[in-house]
Amino acid sequence: MNPAPFAYHRAGSVAEAIGLLQQFGGEGKLLAGGHSLLPIMKLRLAEPAHLIDLSTIEALRGISERNGEIAIGAMTTHRGVAQSDLLVRQAPVLAEAAASVGDRQVRNRGTIGGAVAHGDAAADYPAALLALDAVIVAEGPNGERVIAAADFFVDFLVTALEPDEVVTEIRFAPPPMRSGGNYQKLANQASGYALVGVAAQVTLTEDGRFETARIGVTGAIPAARRATGVEDALTGQAATEATITGAATHASESLDLLSDLHASAEYRDRVLQGLTKRALSAAVAAATTV
Amino acid sequence: MITAPVSIEVNGIARSATIEPRLLLVHYLRDQLGLTGTHVGCETSQCGACTVLLDGEAVKSCTVLAVQADGHAVTTIEGLAAPGMLHPVQQAFWEEHGLQCGFCTPGMVLSALALLNENAYPDEAAIRHGLEGNLCRCTGYQNIVHAVESAAARMADGAVAVRISG
Repeated sequence: MNPAPFAYHRAGSVAEAIGLLQQFGGEGKLLAGGHSLLPIMKLRLAEPAHLIDLSTIEALRGISERNGEIAIGAMTTHRGVAQSDLLVRQAPVLAEAAASVGDRQVRNRGTIGGAVAHGDAAADYPAALLALDAVIVAEGPNGERVIAAADFFVDFLVTALEPDEVVTEIRFAPPPMRSGGNYQKLANQASGYALVGVAAQVTLTEDGRFETARIGVTGAIPAARRATGVEDALTGQAATEATITGAATHASESLDLLSDLHASAEYRDRVLQGLTKRALSAAVAAATTV
Repeated sequence: MITAPVSIEVNGIARSATIEPRLLLVHYLRDQLGLTGTHVGCETSQCGACTVLLDGEAVKSCTVLAVQADGHAVTTIEGLAAPGMLHPVQQAFWEEHGLQCGFCTPGMVLSALALLNENAYPDEAAIRHGLEGNLCRCTGYQNIVHAVESAAARMADGAVAVRISG
Protein backbone atom coordinates (compact mmCIF):
# COMPACT_ATOMS: atom_id res chain seq x y z
CA MET A 1 0.00 0.00 0.00
CA ASN A 2 1.03 3.60 -0.23
CA PRO A 3 1.40 5.57 2.97
CA ALA A 4 -1.50 7.80 3.98
CA PRO A 5 -1.05 11.45 2.97
CA PHE A 6 1.31 13.57 5.06
CA ALA A 7 3.10 16.90 4.93
CA TYR A 8 6.89 16.80 4.54
CA HIS A 9 9.28 19.13 6.36
CA ARG A 10 13.03 19.30 6.17
CA ALA A 11 14.58 20.38 9.50
CA GLY A 12 17.72 22.50 9.12
CA SER A 13 18.80 21.94 12.71
CA VAL A 14 18.03 19.83 15.77
CA ALA A 15 16.39 22.86 17.39
CA GLU A 16 14.11 23.24 14.39
CA ALA A 17 13.24 19.53 14.49
CA ILE A 18 12.31 19.79 18.19
CA GLY A 19 10.20 22.87 17.44
CA LEU A 20 8.34 21.02 14.71
CA LEU A 21 7.77 17.97 16.95
CA GLN A 22 6.24 20.26 19.56
CA GLN A 23 4.19 22.10 16.97
CA PHE A 24 2.67 18.92 15.54
CA GLY A 25 2.11 17.15 18.86
CA GLY A 26 1.55 13.44 18.36
CA GLU A 27 1.05 13.94 14.61
CA GLY A 28 4.73 14.49 13.82
CA LYS A 29 7.34 11.75 13.29
CA LEU A 30 11.04 12.12 12.67
CA LEU A 31 12.39 10.68 9.40
CA ALA A 32 15.97 9.43 9.49
CA GLY A 33 16.78 6.55 7.09
CA GLY A 34 13.13 5.61 6.96
CA HIS A 35 13.75 1.87 6.90
CA SER A 36 11.71 1.18 10.01
CA LEU A 37 9.20 4.04 9.66
CA LEU A 38 8.35 3.84 5.95
CA PRO A 39 7.59 0.08 5.94
CA ILE A 40 5.25 0.69 8.89
CA MET A 41 3.61 3.62 7.09
CA LYS A 42 3.21 1.55 3.93
CA LEU A 43 1.26 -1.00 5.96
CA ARG A 44 -0.69 1.95 7.42
CA LEU A 45 0.16 0.79 10.94
CA ALA A 46 1.21 4.40 11.48
CA GLU A 47 -0.26 7.44 9.75
CA PRO A 48 1.61 10.51 10.98
CA ALA A 49 0.30 13.70 9.40
CA HIS A 50 3.77 15.25 9.35
CA LEU A 51 7.23 13.84 8.61
CA ILE A 52 10.29 15.80 9.75
CA ASP A 53 13.33 14.84 7.69
CA LEU A 54 16.65 15.01 9.59
CA SER A 55 18.86 14.12 6.62
CA THR A 56 20.27 17.59 5.94
CA ILE A 57 21.41 18.26 9.53
CA GLU A 58 25.19 17.92 9.22
CA ALA A 59 25.67 18.17 12.98
CA LEU A 60 24.08 14.71 13.31
CA ARG A 61 26.68 13.02 11.10
CA GLY A 62 30.17 11.81 11.79
CA ILE A 63 32.15 9.59 14.12
CA SER A 64 34.82 11.10 16.35
CA GLU A 65 36.80 10.78 19.56
CA ARG A 66 36.02 13.57 21.99
CA ASN A 67 36.91 13.99 25.69
CA GLY A 68 38.00 10.36 25.92
CA GLU A 69 34.76 9.05 24.44
CA ILE A 70 33.81 7.83 21.00
CA ALA A 71 30.80 9.74 19.65
CA ILE A 72 28.66 8.56 16.74
CA GLY A 73 26.24 11.02 15.14
CA ALA A 74 22.67 9.74 15.07
CA MET A 75 22.34 10.07 11.30
CA THR A 76 25.39 7.87 10.64
CA THR A 77 24.25 5.02 8.41
CA HIS A 78 24.75 1.36 9.33
CA ARG A 79 27.27 1.25 6.52
CA GLY A 80 29.12 4.20 8.04
CA VAL A 81 29.24 2.49 11.43
CA ALA A 82 30.29 -0.86 9.93
CA GLN A 83 33.08 0.59 7.80
CA SER A 84 34.46 3.17 10.25
CA ASP A 85 38.18 2.53 10.78
CA LEU A 86 37.88 3.92 14.29
CA LEU A 87 35.05 1.59 15.25
CA VAL A 88 36.48 -1.48 13.54
CA ARG A 89 39.64 -0.92 15.55
CA GLN A 90 38.22 0.17 18.88
CA ALA A 91 34.73 -1.34 19.10
CA PRO A 92 34.37 -4.19 16.62
CA VAL A 93 31.31 -5.49 18.45
CA LEU A 94 29.45 -2.37 17.29
CA ALA A 95 30.85 -2.41 13.75
CA GLU A 96 29.91 -6.09 13.48
CA ALA A 97 26.39 -5.44 14.72
CA ALA A 98 25.99 -2.66 12.14
CA ALA A 99 27.39 -4.87 9.37
CA SER A 100 24.80 -7.53 10.18
CA VAL A 101 21.76 -5.26 9.79
CA GLY A 102 19.50 -6.24 6.90
CA ASP A 103 21.43 -6.05 3.66
CA ARG A 104 23.61 -3.60 1.73
CA GLN A 105 20.72 -1.51 0.47
CA VAL A 106 19.26 -1.21 3.97
CA ARG A 107 22.66 -0.36 5.43
CA ASN A 108 23.06 2.44 2.89
CA ARG A 109 19.98 4.20 4.28
CA GLY A 110 19.23 3.05 7.82
CA THR A 111 20.84 5.03 10.64
CA ILE A 112 22.02 4.17 14.14
CA GLY A 113 19.93 6.97 15.67
CA GLY A 114 16.81 5.93 13.84
CA ALA A 115 17.23 2.25 14.68
CA VAL A 116 17.87 3.00 18.34
CA ALA A 117 14.94 5.43 18.61
CA HIS A 118 12.60 2.91 16.98
CA GLY A 119 13.39 0.27 19.59
CA ASP A 120 12.74 -2.88 17.59
CA ALA A 121 13.18 -5.91 19.82
CA ALA A 122 15.12 -7.75 17.10
CA ALA A 123 17.44 -4.88 16.16
CA ASP A 124 21.16 -5.48 16.45
CA TYR A 125 22.49 -2.23 17.92
CA PRO A 126 20.87 -2.53 21.36
CA ALA A 127 22.86 -5.68 22.19
CA ALA A 128 26.14 -4.00 21.20
CA LEU A 129 25.29 -0.77 23.03
CA LEU A 130 24.54 -2.71 26.21
CA ALA A 131 27.81 -4.62 25.87
CA LEU A 132 29.72 -1.35 25.44
CA ASP A 133 27.86 0.34 28.33
CA ALA A 134 27.04 3.13 25.88
CA VAL A 135 24.82 6.18 26.39
CA ILE A 136 22.18 7.58 24.07
CA VAL A 137 22.17 11.37 23.93
CA ALA A 138 18.84 13.02 23.20
CA GLU A 139 17.85 16.66 22.85
CA GLY A 140 14.42 18.00 23.67
CA PRO A 141 12.65 21.23 24.64
CA ASN A 142 14.19 20.92 28.12
CA GLY A 143 17.72 20.46 26.87
CA GLU A 144 20.00 17.46 26.59
CA ARG A 145 19.53 14.10 28.28
CA VAL A 146 22.17 11.40 28.53
CA ILE A 147 20.46 8.02 28.87
CA ALA A 148 22.35 4.83 29.70
CA ALA A 149 21.67 2.04 27.23
CA ALA A 150 20.58 -0.13 30.16
CA ASP A 151 17.76 2.35 30.83
CA PHE A 152 16.89 3.09 27.21
CA PHE A 153 15.31 -0.08 25.83
CA VAL A 154 12.20 -0.31 27.99
CA ASP A 155 9.86 -2.74 26.24
CA PHE A 156 8.79 -3.96 22.78
CA LEU A 157 9.02 -0.86 20.55
CA VAL A 158 9.15 1.31 23.69
CA THR A 159 12.21 3.37 24.52
CA ALA A 160 12.95 5.98 27.18
CA LEU A 161 12.64 8.76 24.59
CA GLU A 162 10.01 11.46 25.06
CA PRO A 163 7.82 12.22 22.00
CA ASP A 164 9.49 15.61 21.49
CA GLU A 165 13.09 14.40 21.77
CA VAL A 166 15.65 13.81 19.02
CA VAL A 167 18.45 11.26 19.39
CA THR A 168 21.58 13.21 18.51
CA GLU A 169 24.43 10.81 19.20
CA ILE A 170 25.61 7.56 20.76
CA ARG A 171 28.65 7.73 23.04
CA PHE A 172 30.81 5.20 24.85
CA ALA A 173 34.25 4.96 26.42
CA PRO A 174 36.69 3.11 24.16
CA PRO A 175 37.45 -0.28 25.73
CA PRO A 176 40.83 -0.43 27.51
CA MET A 177 43.81 -2.69 26.78
CA ARG A 178 43.22 -6.45 26.85
CA SER A 179 39.65 -6.00 25.65
CA GLY A 180 37.79 -7.82 22.93
CA GLY A 181 34.27 -7.85 21.54
CA ASN A 182 32.18 -9.90 19.14
CA TYR A 183 28.62 -10.01 17.83
CA GLN A 184 26.88 -13.27 16.95
CA LYS A 185 23.48 -13.45 15.33
CA LEU A 186 21.00 -15.99 14.05
CA ALA A 187 19.03 -14.02 11.51
CA ASN A 188 15.53 -14.60 10.17
CA GLN A 189 16.26 -15.56 6.57
CA ALA A 190 13.74 -13.24 4.96
CA SER A 191 13.79 -10.12 7.11
CA GLY A 192 17.36 -10.31 8.34
CA TYR A 193 16.23 -9.44 11.86
CA ALA A 194 17.80 -11.26 14.81
CA LEU A 195 15.97 -14.33 16.08
CA VAL A 196 18.75 -14.24 18.64
CA GLY A 197 21.63 -11.71 18.79
CA VAL A 198 24.44 -11.76 21.35
CA ALA A 199 27.08 -9.06 21.81
CA ALA A 200 29.99 -9.84 24.11
CA GLN A 201 32.53 -7.27 25.32
CA VAL A 202 35.23 -8.43 27.75
CA THR A 203 38.32 -7.05 29.43
CA LEU A 204 40.88 -9.49 30.81
CA THR A 205 43.32 -9.10 33.68
CA GLU A 206 47.03 -9.60 33.08
CA ASP A 207 46.77 -13.16 34.35
CA GLY A 208 43.96 -14.06 31.98
CA ARG A 209 40.86 -13.65 34.16
CA PHE A 210 37.64 -11.83 33.28
CA GLU A 211 37.98 -8.34 34.72
CA THR A 212 34.74 -7.25 33.09
CA ALA A 213 32.31 -9.14 30.90
CA ARG A 214 29.17 -7.59 29.44
CA ILE A 215 26.78 -9.60 27.30
CA GLY A 216 23.95 -7.84 25.47
CA VAL A 217 21.07 -9.95 24.17
CA THR A 218 18.54 -8.98 21.50
CA GLY A 219 15.96 -10.72 19.36
CA ALA A 220 15.07 -13.39 21.92
CA ILE A 221 13.35 -11.03 24.35
CA PRO A 222 10.84 -8.14 24.22
CA ALA A 223 13.61 -5.55 24.68
CA ALA A 224 17.39 -5.89 24.74
CA ARG A 225 18.90 -6.82 28.10
CA ARG A 226 22.20 -7.86 29.63
CA ALA A 227 22.65 -11.59 30.31
CA THR A 228 23.51 -11.04 33.96
CA GLY A 229 23.47 -14.76 34.73
CA VAL A 230 26.39 -15.26 32.35
CA GLU A 231 28.22 -12.15 33.56
CA ASP A 232 28.02 -13.25 37.19
CA ALA A 233 29.45 -16.66 36.26
CA LEU A 234 32.41 -15.06 34.47
CA THR A 235 33.65 -12.15 36.56
CA GLY A 236 36.95 -12.98 38.22
CA GLN A 237 37.10 -16.42 36.61
CA ALA A 238 39.81 -17.66 34.26
CA ALA A 239 39.03 -16.92 30.61
CA THR A 240 38.99 -20.52 29.44
CA GLU A 241 36.73 -22.53 27.17
CA ALA A 242 35.47 -24.45 30.18
CA THR A 243 34.48 -21.31 32.05
CA ILE A 244 32.78 -19.89 28.98
CA THR A 245 30.88 -23.10 28.29
CA GLY A 246 29.69 -23.29 31.88
CA ALA A 247 28.73 -19.63 32.00
CA ALA A 248 26.80 -19.82 28.73
CA THR A 249 24.35 -22.28 30.28
CA HIS A 250 23.12 -19.37 32.42
CA ALA A 251 22.33 -17.25 29.36
CA SER A 252 18.56 -17.19 29.67
CA GLU A 253 18.51 -16.65 33.44
CA SER A 254 16.29 -13.66 34.28
CA LEU A 255 15.49 -13.19 30.59
CA ASP A 256 11.89 -13.40 29.38
CA LEU A 257 12.40 -15.48 26.20
CA LEU A 258 9.91 -14.96 23.38
CA SER A 259 7.82 -17.63 21.69
CA ASP A 260 6.42 -16.40 18.39
CA LEU A 261 5.81 -17.53 14.84
CA HIS A 262 9.53 -17.39 14.10
CA ALA A 263 10.84 -19.53 16.97
CA SER A 264 9.85 -21.06 20.29
CA ALA A 265 11.36 -19.96 23.58
CA GLU A 266 13.04 -23.37 23.91
CA TYR A 267 14.71 -22.98 20.51
CA ARG A 268 15.79 -19.44 21.36
CA ASP A 269 17.25 -20.66 24.64
CA ARG A 270 19.43 -23.26 22.90
CA VAL A 271 20.55 -20.79 20.25
CA LEU A 272 21.18 -18.15 22.91
CA GLN A 273 23.51 -20.46 24.82
CA GLY A 274 25.37 -21.40 21.66
CA LEU A 275 25.78 -17.84 20.41
CA THR A 276 26.82 -16.66 23.88
CA LYS A 277 29.57 -19.25 23.88
CA ARG A 278 30.74 -18.24 20.38
CA ALA A 279 30.64 -14.52 21.11
CA LEU A 280 32.60 -14.93 24.35
CA SER A 281 35.22 -17.20 22.76
CA ALA A 282 35.74 -14.73 19.93
CA ALA A 283 35.86 -11.78 22.34
CA VAL A 284 38.44 -13.52 24.52
CA ALA A 285 40.52 -14.40 21.46
CA ALA A 286 40.44 -10.77 20.38
CA ALA A 287 41.37 -9.61 23.89
CA THR A 288 44.40 -11.88 23.97
CA THR A 289 45.62 -10.88 20.51
CA VAL A 290 48.26 -8.21 20.61
CA MET B 1 -3.88 17.56 -1.67
CA ILE B 2 -0.48 18.21 -0.09
CA THR B 3 2.28 18.57 -2.67
CA ALA B 4 6.02 19.24 -2.68
CA PRO B 5 8.47 20.18 -5.44
CA VAL B 6 11.31 17.81 -6.28
CA SER B 7 14.33 18.06 -8.54
CA ILE B 8 16.08 14.77 -9.11
CA GLU B 9 18.74 13.90 -11.65
CA VAL B 10 17.61 10.62 -13.20
CA ASN B 11 20.04 8.79 -15.47
CA GLY B 12 21.93 12.01 -16.00
CA ILE B 13 18.90 14.13 -16.86
CA ALA B 14 17.55 16.79 -14.49
CA ARG B 15 13.89 16.15 -13.73
CA SER B 16 11.50 18.38 -11.82
CA ALA B 17 8.03 17.64 -10.64
CA THR B 18 5.40 18.58 -8.09
CA ILE B 19 4.39 15.44 -6.25
CA GLU B 20 2.75 14.18 -3.08
CA PRO B 21 5.34 13.67 -0.32
CA ARG B 22 4.04 10.13 0.15
CA LEU B 23 4.97 9.18 -3.43
CA LEU B 24 7.58 6.43 -3.24
CA LEU B 25 10.68 6.85 -5.40
CA VAL B 26 9.86 3.59 -7.21
CA HIS B 27 6.45 4.94 -8.21
CA TYR B 28 7.88 8.29 -9.26
CA LEU B 29 10.32 6.47 -11.55
CA ARG B 30 7.80 3.99 -12.94
CA ASP B 31 4.55 5.94 -13.11
CA GLN B 32 5.70 9.52 -13.68
CA LEU B 33 8.88 9.00 -15.67
CA GLY B 34 7.84 5.79 -17.42
CA LEU B 35 11.03 4.01 -16.33
CA THR B 36 9.41 0.66 -15.70
CA GLY B 37 12.63 -1.35 -15.57
CA THR B 38 12.59 -0.84 -11.79
CA HIS B 39 10.12 -3.37 -10.38
CA VAL B 40 7.80 -3.52 -7.39
CA GLY B 41 8.10 -6.99 -5.88
CA CYS B 42 7.36 -7.59 -2.22
CA GLU B 43 6.11 -4.25 -0.85
CA THR B 44 7.89 -5.14 2.43
CA SER B 45 11.41 -3.88 1.69
CA GLN B 46 12.84 -7.39 1.43
CA CYS B 47 13.15 -8.50 -2.20
CA GLY B 48 15.27 -5.75 -3.79
CA ALA B 49 13.50 -5.85 -7.18
CA CYS B 50 13.13 -2.08 -6.76
CA THR B 51 16.87 -1.47 -6.32
CA VAL B 52 18.27 1.68 -7.94
CA LEU B 53 21.46 3.65 -7.34
CA LEU B 54 21.04 6.82 -5.28
CA ASP B 55 24.21 8.92 -5.53
CA GLY B 56 25.89 5.69 -6.63
CA GLU B 57 24.70 3.62 -3.64
CA ALA B 58 22.27 0.72 -4.02
CA VAL B 59 18.97 1.50 -2.29
CA LYS B 60 15.49 -0.02 -2.27
CA SER B 61 13.45 2.61 -4.06
CA CYS B 62 10.23 1.27 -2.51
CA THR B 63 11.56 2.39 0.86
CA VAL B 64 12.67 5.85 -0.20
CA LEU B 65 10.28 8.75 -0.69
CA ALA B 66 10.80 10.71 -3.90
CA VAL B 67 11.12 13.84 -1.74
CA GLN B 68 14.09 12.23 0.01
CA ALA B 69 15.83 12.04 -3.38
CA ASP B 70 15.31 15.76 -4.02
CA GLY B 71 18.66 17.26 -4.98
CA HIS B 72 20.23 13.84 -5.51
CA ALA B 73 21.05 11.61 -8.49
CA VAL B 74 19.31 8.34 -9.33
CA THR B 75 20.48 5.67 -11.74
CA THR B 76 17.97 3.09 -12.94
CA ILE B 77 18.59 0.01 -15.08
CA GLU B 78 17.72 2.10 -18.12
CA GLY B 79 20.62 4.37 -17.30
CA LEU B 80 23.36 1.75 -17.43
CA ALA B 81 23.91 2.01 -21.16
CA ALA B 82 22.53 3.85 -24.17
CA PRO B 83 19.58 2.26 -26.00
CA GLY B 84 20.73 -0.74 -27.98
CA MET B 85 23.81 -1.16 -25.81
CA LEU B 86 24.56 -3.41 -22.83
CA HIS B 87 26.70 -2.51 -19.84
CA PRO B 88 29.39 -5.13 -19.06
CA VAL B 89 27.34 -6.30 -16.05
CA GLN B 90 24.28 -6.77 -18.25
CA GLN B 91 26.43 -8.53 -20.86
CA ALA B 92 27.72 -10.89 -18.17
CA PHE B 93 24.22 -11.68 -16.89
CA TRP B 94 23.16 -12.51 -20.45
CA GLU B 95 26.14 -14.69 -21.31
CA GLU B 96 26.19 -16.53 -17.96
CA HIS B 97 22.41 -17.10 -18.00
CA GLY B 98 22.08 -15.16 -14.76
CA LEU B 99 18.34 -14.71 -15.22
CA GLN B 100 15.22 -16.69 -16.12
CA CYS B 101 12.03 -14.66 -15.76
CA GLY B 102 14.01 -11.43 -15.42
CA PHE B 103 11.88 -9.89 -12.68
CA CYS B 104 14.69 -9.59 -10.14
CA THR B 105 17.29 -8.82 -12.78
CA PRO B 106 17.33 -5.01 -12.97
CA GLY B 107 17.71 -4.82 -9.19
CA MET B 108 20.24 -7.64 -9.23
CA VAL B 109 22.33 -5.93 -11.94
CA LEU B 110 22.37 -2.59 -10.13
CA SER B 111 23.25 -4.22 -6.81
CA ALA B 112 26.03 -6.14 -8.52
CA LEU B 113 27.33 -2.96 -10.11
CA ALA B 114 27.34 -1.16 -6.77
CA LEU B 115 29.13 -4.13 -5.21
CA LEU B 116 31.79 -4.16 -7.93
CA ASN B 117 32.28 -0.41 -7.64
CA GLU B 118 33.19 -0.95 -4.00
CA ASN B 119 34.98 -4.29 -4.33
CA ALA B 120 36.39 -4.96 -7.77
CA TYR B 121 37.44 -8.54 -7.06
CA PRO B 122 34.82 -10.14 -4.83
CA ASP B 123 35.06 -13.85 -4.08
CA GLU B 124 31.98 -16.04 -4.12
CA ALA B 125 31.22 -15.43 -0.45
CA ALA B 126 31.47 -11.67 -0.91
CA ILE B 127 29.18 -11.82 -3.94
CA ARG B 128 26.54 -13.87 -2.15
CA HIS B 129 26.76 -11.63 0.92
CA GLY B 130 26.71 -8.50 -1.19
CA LEU B 131 23.53 -9.56 -2.97
CA GLU B 132 21.60 -10.54 0.18
CA GLY B 133 19.23 -7.66 -0.46
CA ASN B 134 18.10 -9.12 -3.79
CA LEU B 135 15.90 -12.21 -3.86
CA CYS B 136 15.50 -14.46 -6.93
CA ARG B 137 12.81 -17.10 -7.16
CA CYS B 138 13.98 -18.69 -10.40
CA THR B 139 17.70 -19.29 -10.63
CA GLY B 140 18.87 -20.54 -7.26
CA TYR B 141 21.53 -17.80 -7.55
CA GLN B 142 24.21 -20.05 -9.07
CA ASN B 143 24.37 -18.31 -12.43
CA ILE B 144 23.87 -14.92 -10.83
CA VAL B 145 27.10 -15.52 -8.94
CA HIS B 146 28.81 -16.61 -12.17
CA ALA B 147 27.51 -13.49 -13.87
CA VAL B 148 28.95 -11.23 -11.21
CA GLU B 149 32.30 -13.05 -11.34
CA SER B 150 32.29 -12.66 -15.11
CA ALA B 151 31.34 -8.99 -14.82
CA ALA B 152 34.19 -8.41 -12.38
CA ALA B 153 36.65 -9.92 -14.82
CA ARG B 154 35.25 -7.93 -17.72
CA MET B 155 35.38 -4.65 -15.83
CA ALA B 156 38.88 -5.36 -14.55
CA ASP B 157 39.85 -5.83 -18.18
CA GLY B 158 38.41 -2.40 -18.96
CA ALA B 159 35.25 -3.58 -20.71
CA VAL B 160 32.79 -0.91 -21.83
CA ALA B 161 29.19 -1.04 -23.00
CA VAL B 162 28.67 -3.21 -26.05
CA ARG B 163 26.00 -3.09 -28.74
CA ILE B 164 23.36 -5.79 -28.51
CA SER B 165 23.91 -8.07 -31.49
CA GLY B 166 21.26 -9.97 -33.41
